[in-house]
Amino acid sequence: MNKLIVSPSPHIHSDESTRRLMFNVVLALLPTLVVSIYYFGVGAIMVTMVSVASCVLFEYLIQKFIIKGKTTISDGSAIVTGILLAFNVPSNLPWYIVVIGSLVAIGVAKMSFGGLGNNPFNPALVGRVFMLISFPVQMTSWPLPIESRLKYIDAITGPTPLAILKEGLKNGENISQLTDKLPSHMQMFMGLMGGSLGEIAAFALLIGFAWLLFTKTITWHIPVSIFTTITVFTGILWLINPEKNADPLFHLLTGGVMLGAIFMATDYVTSPMHPLGMWIFGIGIGLLTVIIRVWGAYPEGVSFAILIMNAFVPLINRYVKPKRFGEEVK
Amino acid sequence: MLKTFPKGGVHPPENKISANKPIEALPLPSKVSILVSQHIGAPATILVAKGDKVKVGQLIAQSSGFVSANIHSSVSGTVESLDAVMDSSGYKRTAITITVEGDEWEESIDRSKDLNKTISLSAEEIIKKISASGIVGLGGATFPSHVKLSIPAGKKAEVLIINGVECEPYLTSDHRLMLEKGHELMVGIQILMRALNVDKAFIGIENNKPDAIAHLQSLETEYPGIKVQALKVKYPQGGEKQLIKSITNREVPSGGLPIDIGAVVHNVGTAFAVYEAVQKNKPLFERVVTVTGKELAKPSNFVVRIGTPISSLIDAAGGFPEDTGKVVNGGPMMGKALSDTNVPVTKGTSGVIVFKETDSKRKAEGACIRCAKCVSACPMGLEPFLLIKLSQRMMYDRLETERIMDCMECGSCSFGCPANLPLLDYIRLGKGEVGKIIRARKN
Repeated sequence: MNKLIVSPSPHIHSDESTRRLMFNVVLALLPTLVVSIYYFGVGAIMVTMVSVASCVLFEYLIQKFIIKGKTTISDGSAIVTGILLAFNVPSNLPWYIVVIGSLVAIGVAKMSFGGLGNNPFNPALVGRVFMLISFPVQMTSWPLPIESRLKYIDAITGPTPLAILKEGLKNGENISQLTDKLPSHMQMFMGLMGGSLGEIAAFALLIGFAWLLFTKTITWHIPVSIFTTITVFTGILWLINPEKNADPLFHLLTGGVMLGAIFMATDYVTSPMHPLGMWIFGIGIGLLTVIIRVWGAYPEGVSFAILIMNAFVPLINRYVKPKRFGEEVK
Repeated sequence: MLKTFPKGGVHPPENKISANKPIEALPLPSKVSILVSQHIGAPATILVAKGDKVKVGQLIAQSSGFVSANIHSSVSGTVESLDAVMDSSGYKRTAITITVEGDEWEESIDRSKDLNKTISLSAEEIIKKISASGIVGLGGATFPSHVKLSIPAGKKAEVLIINGVECEPYLTSDHRLMLEKGHELMVGIQILMRALNVDKAFIGIENNKPDAIAHLQSLETEYPGIKVQALKVKYPQGGEKQLIKSITNREVPSGGLPIDIGAVVHNVGTAFAVYEAVQKNKPLFERVVTVTGKELAKPSNFVVRIGTPISSLIDAAGGFPEDTGKVVNGGPMMGKALSDTNVPVTKGTSGVIVFKETDSKRKAEGACIRCAKCVSACPMGLEPFLLIKLSQRMMYDRLETERIMDCMECGSCSFGCPANLPLLDYIRLGKGEVGKIIRARKN
């Protein structure tokens, strides 16, 4: 008989792996991708392909030629970043801007901190915010769904519901006067509005959420705490003055709330690690989102809110501890 | 209603391959090596010399303190040597090696199969008898049972919990014992109840053993005070603190003992040994051992004499499969991998598992992605991802405040880590160092 292998316990391992977790995230993103391709056609395909390809390529090149270490692109995390980056931009964004965004996301936000597991900020969001600040015009022209299916750069564009709201309120209009210009809640739920290519279809994102929960890829705490906070906060504002404040459902269904809460804020690396911390994190994101939307200069604030709360994660993990067994001595 | 502990836990594949194999006696080996330290506490003092003739059940090494245990011969024959042999941890330890000649038992042992339900001894006599019979915790911890039954001044036992959970995958020895020795087990529990002066006992059994639950439930009316509690299948349901929490909803305080909240836990194997010791005058020199593995020809449950080499158990179960990579003494989650299969069976050997080579190796480590699966898996509410980092950086003060000493090394964190990080390996290292610091501070 051969020499026996000796190692400490446990001697069995679950079939869980990083690759499998990432694969489940990709699967969860698929319904949204399909809907995006249905709504935005060529543009959605183009932007997603460029984004995924350049994210994976940049990770490979940096690992191979700058770090000169093992390449880990097979873990699938760069694919997830690529899809999420694409989901956070308009479908008519020129391909070279997508490439630049990918370089910032992977090169600056992820690899410069040491690669997977070490980045303090969500790479896709860093990429998006970089593009938003560097290319504000291209990043805020929103193709209209369905109409622009066969067009890419030359897509017919229109404002997002949040921009309509912000602009209208600034001009002194009331919600009731704006209603005609805004899509109905049902249209918003189905994604029939202007917006980034992966953020508009709430129903598809919720299907993804269900898959993530079913496969235990994430827990419910972060998305639910964000939804709850936004609902409560905007609900209070709405009850105080329904003519100057949109209703909570409007806030949940527009902009990046669904995409951000389900897929961006739940990024393992940049979120807290146990339920109480997750609640603090989610409440923070919800509050900041509403503050930016209602009182800030930008019509939308989910990206900034998540990035700001990312910065608090080490602090949350340091001071908020899970309930230890046997803590309460009777 | 199924009960369970609320926090953490994992669901490893059960693989109870030998669950339907009745307990059978393993043929006597030609030689046994009985370690003088098979329990937690001081090694026993040897009473025999080389060349001495011994009988089955004869006291051959005496308890050397309160936390220590008597050792009895498991065979009849001649003492061949008192040299060190390798134990399951790979250390050389003193053992009494006996060449087997026949099977002559001490006359005082009642070898009849008749059930003896009448408990005639008092609490003190029972504890004395258990101590004299060398009974230790047979679940694997091997803590001397009489110590657990001697309640310290100022404390009071309120409930006895019998651990029939067997949450480790593969192992089936407790399951078979509950099925085949139900009456003896119930009497053993009543003996323990009398020793502790408690009027209620619960047998906790995981719901993957419905036959054992049904069988013992059918005996409940015959043995008043004993109740079977079905438990959710979740590892480590059989961890002492988890089991107490599941059944009584009380938490043993950090650093404390079950008796601090009035609970005493004994394994079903121990309760059966108590029956045999008290009612049949039979000291602990044999136990049920599961020998199993997916590639093994005949997975079995054997009654094995203490000191039998583990290799003869595997031979009796069909021999080593061609591509054997690892042999584990105990369960797959907490057992020890053996470097040599000639090590003897001890009182704590609950099972022997043979893994093929491809199942024996760990997968390649990746980067921690902070997925927090270890945090949600930890039944003690610890943060394994943090403990491994602190341990690697040798930050022992911080490790202590992060409650590393609460870790019971169940392995749930390493089991579920998607990056295959050796979480428990480093936590063990850290625990060792922090333990040293705490002991140095106390002295």
